[in-house]
Amino acid sequence: MTAANPTLDALRDDGGVPLRTRLRRAERSRKLRYAALILPLALFVLVVFVWPIASLLARSVDNPELRDNLPLTLAALERWPDEGLPDAAVFDTFARELEAARGSPAIAAIARRLNREHTGLRSLVMKTARKLPLADGADARAELPAIDAQWGETETWRTIRRAGSPLTAFYLLSAVDLTTDASGDIVSLPDGEAIYLDVLVRTLVMSLVVTALCLLLGFPLAYLMATLPVRQSNLLMILVLLPFWTSVLVRVAAWIVLLQNGGLVNQALMALGLTDAPVQLLFNSIGVYVAMTHILLPFVVLPLYSVMKGISPAYMRAAVSLGCPPWRSFWKVYFPQTLPGIGAGALLVFIMSMGYYITPALLGGPQEQMISYFIAFYTNQTINWGMAAALSAVLLAATLVLYMFYSRYFGPTRTGQLQPR
Amino acid sequence: MKTKTLATLITSLCAAGAAHADLTVISFGGASQKAQDKAYYQPFGATGTKVVAGEYNGEQAKIKAMVEAKNVTWDVVEVESPELVRGCEEGLYEKLDYSKIGNRADFVAGAVSECGIGTFVWSTVLAYDTERLKQAPTSWADFWDVQKFPGKRSLRKGAKYTLEFALLADGVPPADVYKVLATRDGQARAFAKLDQIKPHLQWWEAGAQPPQMLAAGDVVMSSAYNGRIAAAQKEGKKLEVVWNGSVYDFDYWAIPAGSPRRDDAYKFIKFASQPEHQRVYSADIPYGPTHAKAVAGMDAKLAAGLPTAPANLTGALAANTEFWVEHGEDLEQRFNAWAAR
Amino acid sequence: MLQPYASPLERAGHYALRTVVALTLLFLVLPILVIVPLSFNADSFLMYPMSGLSLRWYEEIFASPAWRQALMNSIIVSPLATVLAMVLGTLAAIGLVRTDFPGKALLTAVLISPMVVPVVIVGVAMYIFFAPLGLTGSYTGLVIAHAVLGVPFVITTVAATLQGFDFNLVRAAGSLGAGPLTTFFRVTLPQVAPGVIAGGLFAFATSFDEVVVTLFLASPEQATLPRQMFAGIRENISPAIAAVATILIILSTLMLLVLEALRRRNERLRGIKPT
Repeated sequence: MTAANPTLDALRDDGGVPLRTRLRRAERSRKLRYAALILPLALFVLVVFVWPIASLLARSVDNPELRDNLPLTLAALERWPDEGLPDAAVFDTFARELEAARGSPAIAAIARRLNREHTGLRSLVMKTARKLPLADGADARAELPAIDAQWGETETWRTIRRAGSPLTAFYLLSAVDLTTDASGDIVSLPDGEAIYLDVLVRTLVMSLVVTALCLLLGFPLAYLMATLPVRQSNLLMILVLLPFWTSVLVRVAAWIVLLQNGGLVNQALMALGLTDAPVQLLFNSIGVYVAMTHILLPFVVLPLYSVMKGISPAYMRAAVSLGCPPWRSFWKVYFPQTLPGIGAGALLVFIMSMGYYITPALLGGPQEQMISYFIAFYTNQTINWGMAAALSAVLLAATLVLYMFYSRYFGPTRTGQLQPR
Repeated sequence: MKTKTLATLITSLCAAGAAHADLTVISFGGASQKAQDKAYYQPFGATGTKVVAGEYNGEQAKIKAMVEAKNVTWDVVEVESPELVRGCEEGLYEKLDYSKIGNRADFVAGAVSECGIGTFVWSTVLAYDTERLKQAPTSWADFWDVQKFPGKRSLRKGAKYTLEFALLADGVPPADVYKVLATRDGQARAFAKLDQIKPHLQWWEAGAQPPQMLAAGDVVMSSAYNGRIAAAQKEGKKLEVVWNGSVYDFDYWAIPAGSPRRDDAYKFIKFASQPEHQRVYSADIPYGPTHAKAVAGMDAKLAAGLPTAPANLTGALAANTEFWVEHGEDLEQRFNAWAAR
Repeated sequence: MLQPYASPLERAGHYALRTVVALTLLFLVLPILVIVPLSFNADSFLMYPMSGLSLRWYEEIFASPAWRQALMNSIIVSPLATVLAMVLGTLAAIGLVRTDFPGKALLTAVLISPMVVPVVIVGVAMYIFFAPLGLTGSYTGLVIAHAVLGVPFVITTVAATLQGFDFNLVRAAGSLGAGPLTTFFRVTLPQVAPGVIAGGLFAFATSFDEVVVTLFLASPEQATLPRQMFAGIRENISPAIAAVATILIILSTLMLLVLEALRRRNERLRGIKPT
């Protein structure tokens, strides 16, 4: 090794620098040059991927609507003891700030945010803003309740104070079906409105079912591929890879063709006399499970195959020759060696299923929509980005925990073959 | 930075492609867009400014994003009423200068709004296939009657109009529907009514779906936009419409705030609000014109098929915009929770 | 293989396994086989039996401005995204393989993460982030997004190829007087080219098949082929969809063949190289 080599210290260049130092310098500058190659991509991913996701997650606790548009009112409310009505200064400030916000997007933001806390506050705010400004010298504390009695209720002001905190747990709590009641305690949502825990459980259950189906179908397939001669197994591989490379939308369309009421599957069922009327196979869980299993099956076959390919057939032969019956030796000798492949494939499929959006959206009914659907719903339909962010946080957390588990136990992914949807 | 250079390059390439004086008009697509093309886009294009037509599903998120980025690429948008009112308050749409469009008094009641001018009246109706039902349904109560009319039925996946239909089926008179729906008990009542037919329901989302599902026999009855059913009838499908208990509403033209082609946008809206052009549109698809004179000059047979025909208005319900602006977010969320269970 | 002296039970197992696998393969391939003939259907139903053959649906998609525009958009966006991902990903992969520094594992994980994070989150996050920058409803935003999604494939395939690359070749080139650029283009690149191309193919396929992020970022003017298919499937599923599907199937088969050829070439080269 270099340390034991005295020549490296003995040899010096014209300036008297030892060769060891020069070599180290050269090595360092080479490393720096290579590190510089990573920089463009690192910056790119940071700016257009990591940053957007971080700021999305920040939105799940951000609470800007009242904080930015009613700052003085909120400051004045600080002194209010949460009992009875706030003092005249609060009312005056509020009336002035509301008037200033009138006719601008600010008033809509305030109204909308308050309406989320308590339905009905939107029209209260809009109606009140239309009646402003108050006459000169008028007492806002008397005038506002005259416009609407709700301004004379303690509850209204509590809501404003709550909705005005700089950060809010409102969205994150809603994402797990919790809310704060009038006294600020965290309570479960009433039955009719609770939804996301169900959706989360459903997302997990559906992913689990799809994973199980993939394993059930994928294991025999991978096993046969691993044991057949190369020429035949290559043919099977192409049959696995062809759908794998085919667009997901093409496959979804194909399943619609097969599963629709007049589709081939129903025609076959009726021709076989198994049913008289078409069976509903689309827009329910059947369609979603069938298509998701179809799309994700290769992801369990490929890792399983590569693991099985590495298992020497000698083990099985040895077990059999030692008198262990074939089934038992398969179960006791072969199967345990495939566990890493099963684990890797299963986790991968599970992680990918959890984020599915397209397949349930096109082939499922409302009962099959997973958490992704609700993220998209809040983003596009109601423009409630806080809620979309909170649900994203829940989904991302679940995914990352599973992924950490995956990379911990199954090493770096053979990602060259993976295609997430 | 390499990326930046590339991004600039791409942007300039695309800008070169998009730097035209064409007017981008976004509407809801389908049969209505075809009629708009014939009645408005083509003839307006002949006056000098070409119209590039696009379609969307009413998501306001896209418009919000554009307006906030001050990068408005849509010049005229067809908007439904609650979205228009909400968008107007939030500053998404230009406050219209009616002197550039026409006389407010020339338009039917409800068509003139602060940020948008009504372009047509459409209706959500009960539709069925006459070849599959021996007996014709006449109301939403029949829609709920799975004994008398066995088979799957379909409603739009959303709270809007679905809750109204539930209350109508439950015997609430049209005049009281929104009063009842504004109360917690009324909402519970509507959802309880929906519970009754939930196992028989299949949901639709795009307007093109109901006529297809009816024609394919997937469902025996469905709520549907009257114009889509008319288009299917034209193709020879034996579909029929029940006007009793229908809910009608306006669609508006609006200009996203900060559109760089605002003057052309006004010209287009003015053009599309002329009675002679609206008449062409309504002759192609039975959505009611908003210019009072357009109805007057229409063929009597065509006029009888419009949601605004007096006979069709009996038992019909005008959608309450203010109600949906107020309760929309809450009820849609609750509806989602209910539907997903 | 079944031995002549196999017990009846073994025989049963042998045939049971083959039956199960045959059914599984049928399940995998049938949908793709079923949709192709329907694209030549003469009438407007996506149903068997077909009433006759015609090319009208192909004519329809090539005549329809919406489909033509979608095809154009896909042809614009996917190659640009692929090139961006290939350039950035290849450089980074070489850097990652050749250096070691604290936090390298974390950095690698971050660079690979676009493959793991659910696409809906990517779509929403980019949408909200790009909107104020004016990048939604633009080709630039779409290309950037697709490139980010493609990068992990390039990194992993190039890194895998580099495992078999002898970096003494780079030193040799340097000692013979070649500059870094010359060395890269004349020595390194030809060696890792199969990895770069394979990674590029994956990136291209990812972009060409991407719907979710496109759903959020693209305006109607930037609708890509999958986006248009999504709308088509949701609204009105006609044989036109089958025609587009057939074209895409041909394309994916071509990509599969290229990839297979690359794999064979790689194996051949490795076979020659003494290790």
